[in-house]
Amino acid sequence: MSKDNQILEELTSKEYEHGWSVNYEADEAPAGLNEDIIRWISAKKEEPEWLLEWRLKAFRTWMNMPEPEWANVTYPKIDLQALKYYSAPKQIKKTKSLEEVDPELIAIYERLGISLNEQKRLQGIAVDAVLDSVSVATTFKGTLAKLGIVFCSFSEAVKEHPELVKKYLGSVVPMTDNYYAALNSAVFSDGSFCYIPKGVRCPMELSTYFRINAANTGQFERTLIVAEESSYVSYLEGCTAPQRDENQLHAAVVEIYAAAHAEVKYSTVQNWFPGDKEGKGGIYNFVTKRGICAGDHSKISWTQVETGSAVTWKYPSCILKGDYSIGEFYSVAVTNNYQQADTGTKMIHIGKNTKSRIVSKGISAGKSQNSYRGQVQVMKRADNARNFSQCDSLLMGDQCGAHTFPYIDINNPSAKVEHEATTSKIGEDQIFYCNQRGIATEDAVALIVNGYAKEVLNQLPMEFAVEAQKLLALTLEGSVG
Amino acid sequence: MLSIKNLHASVEGTPILRGINLEVKAGEVHAIMGPNGSGKSTLASVLAGREEYEVTDGEVIFQGKDLLDLAPEDRAREGVFLAFQYPVEIPGVSSTNFLRTALNQVREYRGLEPLDAVKFLSLMKEKMALVEIDQKLLSRSLNEGFSGGEKKRNEIFQMAMLEPTLSILDETDSGLDIDALRIVSNGVNKLKSDKTATIVVTHYQRLLDYIVPDYVHVLYKGRIVKSGTKELALELEEKGYDWIKEEVDSATV
Ligand SMILES: Nc1ncnc2c1ncn2[C@@H]1O[C@H](COP(=O)(O)OP(=O)(O)O)[C@@H](O)[C@H]1O
Ligand SMILES: [Mg+2]
Repeated sequence: MSKDNQILEELTSKEYEHGWSVNYEADEAPAGLNEDIIRWISAKKEEPEWLLEWRLKAFRTWMNMPEPEWANVTYPKIDLQALKYYSAPKQIKKTKSLEEVDPELIAIYERLGISLNEQKRLQGIAVDAVLDSVSVATTFKGTLAKLGIVFCSFSEAVKEHPELVKKYLGSVVPMTDNYYAALNSAVFSDGSFCYIPKGVRCPMELSTYFRINAANTGQFERTLIVAEESSYVSYLEGCTAPQRDENQLHAAVVEIYAAAHAEVKYSTVQNWFPGDKEGKGGIYNFVTKRGICAGDHSKISWTQVETGSAVTWKYPSCILKGDYSIGEFYSVAVTNNYQQADTGTKMIHIGKNTKSRIVSKGISAGKSQNSYRGQVQVMKRADNARNFSQCDSLLMGDQCGAHTFPYIDINNPSAKVEHEATTSKIGEDQIFYCNQRGIATEDAVALIVNGYAKEVLNQLPMEFAVEAQKLLALTLEGSVG
Repeated sequence: MLSIKNLHASVEGTPILRGINLEVKAGEVHAIMGPNGSGKSTLASVLAGREEYEVTDGEVIFQGKDLLDLAPEDRAREGVFLAFQYPVEIPGVSSTNFLRTALNQVREYRGLEPLDAVKFLSLMKEKMALVEIDQKLLSRSLNEGFSGGEKKRNEIFQMAMLEPTLSILDETDSGLDIDALRIVSNGVNKLKSDKTATIVVTHYQRLLDYIVPDYVHVLYKGRIVKSGTKELALELEEKGYDWIKEEVDSATV
């Protein structure tokens, strides 16, 4: 790294630590969106015919779908024809083992604090590293394979486990579910695939780390998690992107399938570039995440810490189909400067004695807008469905906004649905109290905010919780006094 | 240690402190008494650096430094401690976590290594005994759902942990029953040394039976209108404040 780069990085790092980018020779699709591009992507990835057809079908449906405008966010229309839909570092060859992965690519992840070296890696976490449109490496594949667990890039799964992919792809989020999901279905490039066989408790955290590096490129990854009967897995997702003046689009789809007595915990720490202080640049994060508790007594739990992105549009949801199944959603969404977030969840109670729990903690600072949008739906035959929702908003300053949009739709009289909401301001007297004990204002804010978000942060695996706490503090730096 | 000269302060343009003079030396205990609304808490807040209060005149020197020039956190790090009349609640932050952050920032300012978890815990145990505070209370969210007495006791516990040079106790006795009052006072007394000083703000004399002051000052309408020894407190207890008010009000007319 040159001296200038180093100084520059130090100057900007306080604001967004991961704003750097690396120059590597890329294998890119030409800009534009049409059937030829989709064929190009599919060919590049050496996909089977059925998958190409699936993509094309999604694309044709998408063309007739209107862009959704109901969310409480405003942004200039994205010129989807100006984007590139595929970009991969040329150095990526079809490597079988980690040792063969280009050290330059490994270095990118090292710089992000993600070690792909299995020996150096903190015990207990396997990583799939996705750079722009492709997976760079997946660690601990061998260890996991011994238990019958499949953890690999989506592209590899298409090749190695086509029957599983074919069975579950689009089974939770249908290709035509919504505008962005349909777009993703047409052009998705890579992502992670994970399969936990019957009765297996995955012994380590599985994690995918998404990194956008290329400019003018959309990232459309797909994650599919299948947990067979009585299995358990905890899954983590992290993401960052370089600091660029123009907005970038990230439209992912995550599908989770949980069979009877299975449990899936999905945690996200989303740290896409949020745009600068004036609101220039930043990622548009339009994501569809949904899980189905297909079997009885299954459980899916979403935990998200949303700190980045210029615009966030995201509602991790649970379809509670199995009797006695449980859905959970824990969320902290922080917005500062000109960020906008419209996020929440949907809990759809279909089975009997299903339970859901929603804990949403919004934090708004600067001139940002932060909305919680949540739906609780109880279907006719969902006897004794229970939901508890807690939606809190914390405001910092008086130029930001916090909004709550709860939708409740109950079709069974035995349902019990509770909704609690609070709005508070971070108190000058709280900050002064901390100051008086010797704590600087910025640390006081971090302390107060982390305390406020504690119930959600407690859901995260230890290592992630620490990172999330630091991120919350970093996002809010300079937002008080 | 502390020298306040002609201190004037106002809130939203309204003068509250109108020329305070006070000298506090190491080893001394000063009591500040006075009727409600006379400016006692304001004085404490101004010394601690609360922003709402604008200092319009005067100076405050603390251990040779211009106190008014320092940010509130630096005043604390220099050794000024305020036990609040109304301690705030911070949900989700345990007293333990809060104090560890505070103590380590104070230590860093003083060029000391941060205390590791083990050392911190043993320090905490030692100080807990001093104010007879329960560990369970300290793992709960700071002041959240604490009774009035628990809040006050926690303030003194924090004081014990941070070992300030100058402690200002604002109505620490209010809300305490007689046993708690004794425990808290004992704690304060044990923390006293010939290198520290204490300013006790109260409007009851009963606290002064436990924390015996060297000087008693009466604050009224933003000025110290009378100073004396602990006998003055007894006199106030007996006669109330009216005679002082009359004295002052007739003199100013
Ligand atoms: N933040 C504030 N805003 C407006 N008025 C205040 C504020 N703080 C104190 N005051 C006023 O200043 C005067 C002194 O208050 P205070 O210092 O709390 O008195 P004491 O502690 O002696 O009872 C009172 O008239 C009170 O109403
Ligand atoms: Mg008072």
